[in-house]
Amino acid sequence: MTPLSGYLLVAALLFAIGLAGALTRRNAILVLIGIELMLNAANLNLIAFWRYGPHPEALTGMMFAIFSIAVAAAEAAVGLGLVIQIHRHAQTTDLDAINRMKG
Amino acid sequence: MSFVLYILAALTVAGGLAAVLLKNTVHCALALTVAFAGLALLFLELDAQFAGFAQILIYIGAVAILVVFAILLTRGSETPKGSAYSHSPLVGLVIAACVFAVLGWAVLHSTAQLPPGTTSATPTVTVADIGNALMTRYVLPLEIVALLLTAALIGAVIVAMHEKEGSR
Amino acid sequence: MIEKADQIFVLLGHWLVSFLPAALQKPALVLLAVVAIIVTFPALFAITVLLERKGLGRMQNRYGPNRVGPYGLFQPVADGIKSLTKEDIVPLSADAVVHFLAPVLLVVVVFMGYAVLPIGRNMTLVNLDAGILFFFAIGASSELSVFMAGWSSRNKYSLLGAMRAVAQMISYEVPLLMSSLAVVMITGSLNANRIVDAQNQYTYGLPHWYIFTPWGFAGFLLFAVAATAETNRSPFDLPEGESELVAGYFTEYSGFKFALFFLGEYVGMMGISGLGTTLFLGGYSAPLQVLGFVPSWAWFIGKIMLSMCVFIWVRGTLPRLRQDQLMNFAWKFVLPLSLLNLFVAAAWRFMGQGFLRWVVCSAVLLIAYVVMARVGMKREHFGPRSYRYAE
Repeated sequence: MTPLSGYLLVAALLFAIGLAGALTRRNAILVLIGIELMLNAANLNLIAFWRYGPHPEALTGMMFAIFSIAVAAAEAAVGLGLVIQIHRHAQTTDLDAINRMKG
Repeated sequence: MSFVLYILAALTVAGGLAAVLLKNTVHCALALTVAFAGLALLFLELDAQFAGFAQILIYIGAVAILVVFAILLTRGSETPKGSAYSHSPLVGLVIAACVFAVLGWAVLHSTAQLPPGTTSATPTVTVADIGNALMTRYVLPLEIVALLLTAALIGAVIVAMHEKEGSR
Repeated sequence: MIEKADQIFVLLGHWLVSFLPAALQKPALVLLAVVAIIVTFPALFAITVLLERKGLGRMQNRYGPNRVGPYGLFQPVADGIKSLTKEDIVPLSADAVVHFLAPVLLVVVVFMGYAVLPIGRNMTLVNLDAGILFFFAIGASSELSVFMAGWSSRNKYSLLGAMRAVAQMISYEVPLLMSSLAVVMITGSLNANRIVDAQNQYTYGLPHWYIFTPWGFAGFLLFAVAATAETNRSPFDLPEGESELVAGYFTEYSGFKFALFFLGEYVGMMGISGLGTTLFLGGYSAPLQVLGFVPSWAWFIGKIMLSMCVFIWVRGTLPRLRQDQLMNFAWKFVLPLSLLNLFVAAAWRFMGQGFLRWVVCSAVLLIAYVVMARVGMKREHFGPRSYRYAE
């Protein structure tokens, strides 16, 4: 098992854990935590491929990862703003209770 | 893989597992911070210094604090009334396990076929190189990300604002 | 001889390590440097605590502590013994693990910041290429420990103090980064040693420190304001205001954990003073070329202690800012000025050498400051009071 496949397996494991968290937890914020874990796993993938790829001096993987970090931070901000507004409206963040469009 | 890598990988995966399994939401957010730190250390191990420090600054310094503030503002730290998991956690677990199986098979199957001469020399990346790349080759993505961040900033403020009394 | 005095710690380290086999020498040198940092800065912390209590006392027209030892010089020892032997009370409903980890995290994070500061010539622990970024990344992590301390105490006053402290720290982080960005831009590198080397040159015996340029002076003032707010020091110390919030986020801490918080706060202050010294005050370089015989590490420590004296002076002089005044100040005054400072620094770089750039840059900064201070920070004029009675 090469070092590259080791990193890719860790990233795949983190992605699966994030996916499980996003699909099974009831609190909306924990779903967002799962999404952040998935994005981080993808970043790890990018950096691992950058490091062990053929042209690391082109910096493509690192740039992609940096932009991904920035975009994920923006998405976390908007997502959490939405969760706060939903809580103000429905007085709960329980996703099983907010499963109707009628509010 | 060396001993250090095993420890870092174990730390990250443990943080991730704790983040999705714990009952107390604030503990989940703190475990997520541990996972972020473990990932930053993995980036440093992969000679991506700038990405590692940016990960610490942005994720631990901003996103983690955002998550805990949201938990506090939505009373998430009180004990939930029902169970912490949805009514059918099994489906989610099965889907996640299938995804991991597919990804794991793809990784192991394809890296076994890589040509053995794949380079693993340490790339020397200075911050000057990154700045140069950002200003020449990646200037368009940089400007678009700046626009996106401005839109996200204004959007988040508008979404989370208290509605004025008269506009209902 | 002067060289020897300047490099005495480096030479001492290499001599001590030479007794070990070659494979262990490099890690042992790093370990020795880490131990030196962990010993030196808490010793300076003890001196600073005494200085603060005596200094504040004199500013408030009273003696400071003067019972323990001559002129109260052994007061830090007494304080240390008291903190170590006090009972460690943890509230019953507090979250024990998080309550324990919060001071640990704070102390670890503030000590890690010293790894990239050039304490003397050839005396940087780790010469990172992205050193300044490392310092800011590590400093941003200390906010989490404040939140953990406030939340785990299950105490409304602690939680309020923690939320205020975190809001203040994230608001002032952006001006802190922006004012350092001007220095990084002009030097062209995030490496702390390169920044000090760029300031280590002399013209007619006067140094090239960045504080002596218009944008550097404005940047230094903005950095100082942001650093005072980042470390929760007066006049920005509402989160730990003794008369408002009991003790803010460390209400429920006693004994050694409180001492750790105290240590973490002061060591963090010294760390950020060290960064300000590196960025604006020339790091380990001497003020005049004739004074170059004094060792470089002595200049660095001297400049840090001078910054601590200024912190103490400001604490004794200015009244505390209210939370909304504080946030207003950050977002509406310090941040726009630090953005403008960035532009002025760029203009400085692209105008040629000469008198014109001094005049233009100083004029722009002064006019902007006056306009923002008069227009942007105007207080609301209160009209006649209107009463609303319960029906």
